[in-house]
Formats: sequence, C-alpha cells, structure tokens
Amino acid sequence: MNWLYDFTYLTQSIHESLSRNFEQGTVVLIEMILVGLAFMILFALLGLVLVYAERKVSAFFQQRLGPMRVGKWGTAQTLADVIKLLMKEPLINKNADKFLFNLAPYIIMITAFMTMAALPFAKGLQALDFDIGLLYISAVSSLGVVGILLAGWSSDNKYSLIGALRSGAQVISYELSVGLSLLTIVILTGSLQLSVIVESQANGWWIFKGHIPAVIAFIIFLIASTAETNRGPFDLAEAESELTAGFHTEYSGMKFAFFFLAEFANMFIVSALGATVFLGGWMPFHIGGWEVFNNIMDYIPPIFWFFGKVSFIIFLMMWFRWTFPRLRIDQLLTLEWKYLLPINLMNILVMAFLVLMGWYF
Amino acid sequence: MEEIIHDQELESKEYFINMGPQHPSTHGVLRLVLSLDGEIIKKVEPHLGFIHRSIEKMCEHDSYTQIVHLTDRMDYLSCHINNEAVCLCVEQALQIEVPDRVKVIRTIIDELTRLSSHQLWWGVMGMDLGAITTFLYGFRDREMITDIFEETCGARLTMNYNVPGGLFFDIHPNFQKRTKDFLDYFKKKLPEYDTLLSDNVIFTQRMKGIGILSKEDAISYGVTGPTGRASGFSCDVRKHHSYMAYDRVDFKEILDTEGDCFARYKCRINEMWESMQIIEQLIDNIPEGDYKVPTKAVIKLPKGEWYQKVETARGEFGVYIISEGQKSPYRLKFRSPGFSNLSALDHMARGCKIADLVAIMSTLDLVIPDIDR
Repeated sequence: MNWLYDFTYLTQSIHESLSRNFEQGTVVLIEMILVGLAFMILFALLGLVLVYAERKVSAFFQQRLGPMRVGKWGTAQTLADVIKLLMKEPLINKNADKFLFNLAPYIIMITAFMTMAALPFAKGLQALDFDIGLLYISAVSSLGVVGILLAGWSSDNKYSLIGALRSGAQVISYELSVGLSLLTIVILTGSLQLSVIVESQANGWWIFKGHIPAVIAFIIFLIASTAETNRGPFDLAEAESELTAGFHTEYSGMKFAFFFLAEFANMFIVSALGATVFLGGWMPFHIGGWEVFNNIMDYIPPIFWFFGKVSFIIFLMMWFRWTFPRLRIDQLLTLEWKYLLPINLMNILVMAFLVLMGWYF
Repeated sequence: MEEIIHDQELESKEYFINMGPQHPSTHGVLRLVLSLDGEIIKKVEPHLGFIHRSIEKMCEHDSYTQIVHLTDRMDYLSCHINNEAVCLCVEQALQIEVPDRVKVIRTIIDELTRLSSHQLWWGVMGMDLGAITTFLYGFRDREMITDIFEETCGARLTMNYNVPGGLFFDIHPNFQKRTKDFLDYFKKKLPEYDTLLSDNVIFTQRMKGIGILSKEDAISYGVTGPTGRASGFSCDVRKHHSYMAYDRVDFKEILDTEGDCFARYKCRINEMWESMQIIEQLIDNIPEGDYKVPTKAVIKLPKGEWYQKVETARGEFGVYIISEGQKSPYRLKFRSPGFSNLSALDHMARGCKIADLVAIMSTLDLVIPDIDR
C-alpha cells in the first residue's frame, strides 16, 4: 500500500523497467502514450461520474430521485446516454462552415486535456511539473473560449452566435479575476510551480494561513471560475431559456457530447486548481506543531484528500447552479469589472503588505 | 483624419431572430420576431395562430353544455374559472339563481385554481430566469391542489366541474379536510418561495426596473389581471363586478404602482396570500343545499345578447353570447386576458435585452392556447 501514499515509487519503477528494455527515445514515447491513455481514462471516468453526480445532486435539490432505472440507483445512466449519443446522427447545417464546425469540439477537449497535464493529483502523480505550472494552466484554460467562439460562429445560427459572443466577453473578463485571485496566493508561496505550492501547505492550507485576504481570494476564485466554466448562474453562453442551447444549439451526437464532457472536465480542472492552491491539494489537513494529529491525518492517502477537496468544490458549484437564477449579460460584466476586479486588486495589495510584514503563519 | 475615423467606424445593423414557435421560454407555440441590435431589442412582433383551433366557431355548432367543455382548452391553468364564465353567462340569460352552496363551492375552487396557476407560474418563471429548481418546487405544491381536484371532479387539469345551473356533482366528503390541510401546508411553503427568489440579489436585480408599464399604458392596452394591477390599474372583476360568493368574503385587491417585473411578481405572490384567505373564510361555511338547479336537457337561450366577465388567474375573461333562440349561440366571443396582455409586450420590451424579454414574458404569465383560441 506504500505506493498509495507516494506515487514516486510507482512511476520510478515503471520508468526503470522501461529503461532496461528500451532506448531513451522509445521510453519517452511509451511514457507519453501511457500518460495520454491515463488521462483519457480519467477523462472518461470524470465524465461518467460527474454527469451522474450532477444529475443526482440536482435531483436531491429538487426533491426528485434522479436517474433510477439503468443499473442500481441509475449508476449506468451516463453509459446509456453515451451509447445513445454515439448512435445519433451528426447533423450539420447546410450553410455551416464544416471545417470549423467539426474542429470546435476538439479544441475544447484538447484544452481540457492540456490543462489536466499540469495538475498534481497526488504526491508524485503529476504529468508535467514545471516552474510556471500555474501560469501554464491559466494560459491554456483560456484557449477553450476559442472553441466556443468557433462553434458559435460556424453553426450558422444566430442563437449560437449570440451565445458564443456572450461567452467570449464573459470568459475573457473573468479570467482576470481567476488569475488575480491565484496570484494572491502566489505572493505567499513565492512560486508558480504547483508541486511547490502544495509542499508549502504542509503546515496548514493557505486558506487558513493566509488570513482574510486568502478567504476573499478563495471566494472570488469560486465565483470567477464558475463563470469561466460557463456554469450556472453564469451559464449565459447556453442560457436555455433565452438562446435554446447557446453555442451548441446545432450540435448533435458525439460532438455535442464533447461539449458536455468538456464542461464537466473544466469544472473538475478549476476545482482541482482551487483545491491545490487554496486547500492544500493532496496535502492532508495539518496543523503546525500538532504531531499526533498530523500523523493521524497522514493515514488517509493523499489522492483521497485531493479528490475529496475537489468534490467539495464541485459540490459547491453544483449548489450554486441549482439555486441561483441566471445573471444578465450587463450585470455579469458589471460584477466583474466594477466589483470583483477592484476588490481583487486591493486584496493583492493587502496580501503583499501582510507578506512584507510577515503577518502570516 | 476625422474622415478616416468616420469611415472606419463600424456600422451596427439590426438583425432578426425568430423566437419560437418552438422555444423553451415562449411557453407554447408563440412566435416572436425580434429586431435586435446586438443584445438590445428594438422591436418585438408576436405572430399568432400556431395553436388556433377556432374554438369560437366550434361554439356556434355546439350546445351550451358542450361549450363549457371547450373553454378549459383555452386557458388550461384557470380552466375552472373559464367554465364558470360560460355557465354564469348562460345562467344570466336563463335567469337562474344558483343555490348558495354552488356559489361557495365555485368560489373556493376558483381560488384553488388561481393558487395552482400562480404556483405553476412561479415555478416556470424561476426556470425562465435560470433557476430550474423553482420549477419543481412549484409543481410539488401544485400537486396537492390537483389531487384535491382529482378527488372531487375526477380530472386534474381540465376539470369541467361546472354545468349551467350548478355543478356536475357534489363535492367529495374529503374536500374540506384536504383543502384545509393544503392551506396549512402551503402557508409554510409560501415564505420559502420568498427565501428562494424574492430575497435573492440576482433575482431582484433582474426584475426591478425592467419592463415598466405605466397605468395609462396598461389601461390603453387593456392589460388586466395581476399584470394590470401591478401598474396601479384597479381592475379586479371580483371586486368591481362581484359574482358568486366574492361579495361576502373579505379580501384585498393587490395593487402596486411600480409596474415593473418585480411589482408583477410581488402582486402574484400577494394574491396567493389573498386567495388562501378567501378559501379560509369559506371552507368551513359551505351551506347545505342542492348542488344544481335542474335545467332542461337541451338548453335554448332566449333571443338576445349577454356578456359575463370573471377574473381568471391572468386577468379579465369575458364571454359574449348572441343568441337567436337556438340550442347553440349565433355568435360567441371570448375576451381572453392573455391576448390583451401580450399586446403590451412590444411596448414593454423595447430597449431591453434578450434576457429581459424572457423575464417580461414570464411576468405576463402567458398561456398560448388562451391567446390563440
């Protein structure tokens, strides 16, 4: 069971056994394929689990049972949906730009994959660990909007176009807040490398150690990342009561499923990012100085800590979605530019002051 | 230099969007042609006729008892009140005075219908604004009323409980108890509606100051019901031209002066409280007596014209009958509240955004079969 606590052993042993049998170049290639496969499996699993979770959570909020027929407690419902979507005819509008139309879902999927590569899932379980990890994630995740814009533009549908343009305005604005709220913590850690950020929380998570500015940053991060993933109450890009289905109105079959999957994958990614930066990532709940308590907490493997925290944030996001009404586009932009951004900038100043004075744990 | 800037200035053109006939928030097959400048609405043009079933023409070939059954296919959410309007009109023509028992039962069921309609409206409005959960809460509470209807009338939606001269049959023995149970239950639930939507910052910001309809405009467009009363237009038929047992109960006509979406919302929420109050006053005082005045098997109205209006959940519903002394009317005209309320939509929505249009339509509480007939 040792590997469950530190994945470095596992990855090292795989690497060594591969190196013994193959050349250097082949080893890298095989490892890349293995990592890619692992992410694909994770992606598929995430889709299955999160879609089911959202349906069940929403059902319980709405005093329903949710899916109950396919499998025990409806657990196989998502699988059945996937089969249905696979068998559906992929329809394309006559006047649609076919190349861009087909390209758009893949762009969204690819960005989701690329972002996932830098996430630290557990100790030693991270595909890419480089010194600008946080910057890389925020840069790559903003590429997703290109896919949405292309989807809206190429569909030859005005609803799609309005949805896509709304989404463009929204994602570009809220990225600022996501970036700035993450920067607030970077001031504390002094590093953009995700593994270093996690290690720096060994004596307590930043949300506890960073005083009020960290809490404010976390709340802003929650709001802004919900907006960035186009989820309710910020789902203006889809807004089914206004724009039928927004940018993916014209998509059907598996291409629609890609958008759907990407939404859940993005939700997972921002939650993972929030968990890593604010809630200590895979780091167990530690209180500096309490050795016995810390040792007990260490018995729970890091990967469970990570997924536990992520599912907590995901649950928060679902809670928002199934409670609040949708914002209007001008209110959305007002919220960002007139409230979140100034608060965020002030918050960074306060945090910088705190760090300068050394007033944090 | 200035010329160059002028040349390069982007010209924005209006474009059209067909909202409907298949659209999630037109609540049926209403087609709205929107002229848009970006997100801002320049003009809204409603196109009707997608669910036109020529009910008025059909009425010219049906007997008066049959006409009653057609009316609950119009505004299916206040079907009992529609039925009642026809019955009242026929009773007025035949000069039948229905027993007190019928009056009270009709009034109670009227108000239950109004409650269930407003519950559904509340749920659907939340959904239009993106809060899908309200939809199921609204339906959950409405379920209790439909259960009461089912027990008494045998139907849940199109009840057909009224016949000219009284009621189809007497109320179920459980009716009073279940209605009281429902009132106890819903009195606890209605404040929850406020917690979920009325006090929500996002909700109030999307509602306040949107789709303002002044009192003068409300009167000139003929907007009635909660929509008109939210603009300060005192138009409650129950108060001004009292029918059935409304003159013996104590209730307030909910009036507001704002005329925006939030006022319309508040108006309906408060109307639910008033409806509950009306039912409470009557439910223990249902007089004994017959539930029906015997009428002839084939009702023939004397030659003449009659008009009867009632207050449905959406506003003033009128029935105008011209009889030539035959078993079916020579001409029958329904004045439906939805049609007049819809006519004010363009006036209210100009200059708003697409999301506002959805909010305005929700607070108008349109039922499309009522508009098209």
